[in-house]
Amino acid sequence: MKYIDEFRNNKIAEKLGRAIFDKATGLRPINLMEVCGTHTMSICKFGIRRMIPKDVNLISGPGCPVCVTPKSYIDKAIAFSRLHGTIVATFGDMMQVPGSYSSLIDEKTKGRSIKIVYSPLDAVDIAEGNPEKKVIFLGIGFETTSPTVAASLVYAKKKGLKNFFVYPGHKIILPAMEALLEDGRVNIDGFLCPAHVSTIIGTIPYNIITKRYNIPCVIAGFEPLDILQGILMLIEQIGSRNKYVENQYKRVVKRSGNKKALDLMKDVFSIEDSEWRGIGRIPRSGLTLNKRYSIFNPENAFSLSPIKTTPDAGCICGDVLKGIKRPPDCKLFAKSCTPTTAVGACMVSSEGTCAAYYRYRQ
Amino acid sequence: MKILKIDGDKAIVGAGGVERRIAINFLSNPRIGDYVIVHAGFAIERIDHEKAEETLRMLREL
Repeated sequence: MKYIDEFRNNKIAEKLGRAIFDKATGLRPINLMEVCGTHTMSICKFGIRRMIPKDVNLISGPGCPVCVTPKSYIDKAIAFSRLHGTIVATFGDMMQVPGSYSSLIDEKTKGRSIKIVYSPLDAVDIAEGNPEKKVIFLGIGFETTSPTVAASLVYAKKKGLKNFFVYPGHKIILPAMEALLEDGRVNIDGFLCPAHVSTIIGTIPYNIITKRYNIPCVIAGFEPLDILQGILMLIEQIGSRNKYVENQYKRVVKRSGNKKALDLMKDVFSIEDSEWRGIGRIPRSGLTLNKRYSIFNPENAFSLSPIKTTPDAGCICGDVLKGIKRPPDCKLFAKSCTPTTAVGACMVSSEGTCAAYYRYRQ
Repeated sequence: MKILKIDGDKAIVGAGGVERRIAINFLSNPRIGDYVIVHAGFAIERIDHEKAEETLRMLREL
């Protein structure tokens, strides 16, 4: 397919691999972190680790929005589904994430009205088609997804829909990158920055990382040649004095991002402190509906009985999300925790690090 | 995915024999024949053909 096959060319991949070996001489070990679930999957799927030196470490960070959604959010989503006359609409990934007592897939099996949608616009359609039902869409995702939810809310407002709600759980990736650097438990020499988040936010926001922490940031696409070229660009910067933001994914990412998407986000959302599963509270890292859209927030529209969320036990998802541990380090990995019998979110989500390692046998 | 048809805020896109109807609110000046990145039912950006060729040229010259 156009713009995909060309970026999977084996010969060029081998040349990039050799260039990486060459440039990394004298600089190893090198720790590069990627913070995007699609990068995690691509790196595993295309065997990128086998093509680069063993001590150029590709560490997965908290790039999976489903994985970092707090258990309390799942518990509340389940509670919404148990209210009379509601339909909970969600991206498919959320269905099998374990809550404290149940999961959305278990509730669906018990007969609750829970529907998987590909787009938030599908949830709006369900609301329009079922005026007697209250449709609650689970708003999960980073900056690639939040504008699509914002656009759907604007559309719902224009249509005067009174039965469409968005339970906000969106997060912003940059504060998490800073929190990991402040945490200091993983030595990060460079960031491979997300392709599609950067399509929305542009390249400018990453200057905080390069200026404050003197760590290079390279935005790279998802195809193997993109990732390998991104790694090479990072290593070249590590070997030089100045660290800056570079854009490998020039064919899509613009310096100022997508203005229409950013404007829509500003119209609908406001920034708040947010809880990241496995990591904790990160200031100004989440999005909630602002005053003009607060009537679409089910937390305002419906009252739920207090829910006691249980603590996470056994799995080390938190350490995996922070890049401190790898999935095979977890006692439960591939034993009691598999994609069909997941204990933690990292194994369930299509962008989860544990799911990637399991599926591609890393 | 390639834009095959435009209808106001929506477009039909196709790739590998699959066709989908998506929203194009985020695109400036969308045209039939443009290749776009699709996410959650929206086109989030156009793929710039010249920049794609430039990247490929640099990669081939390695």
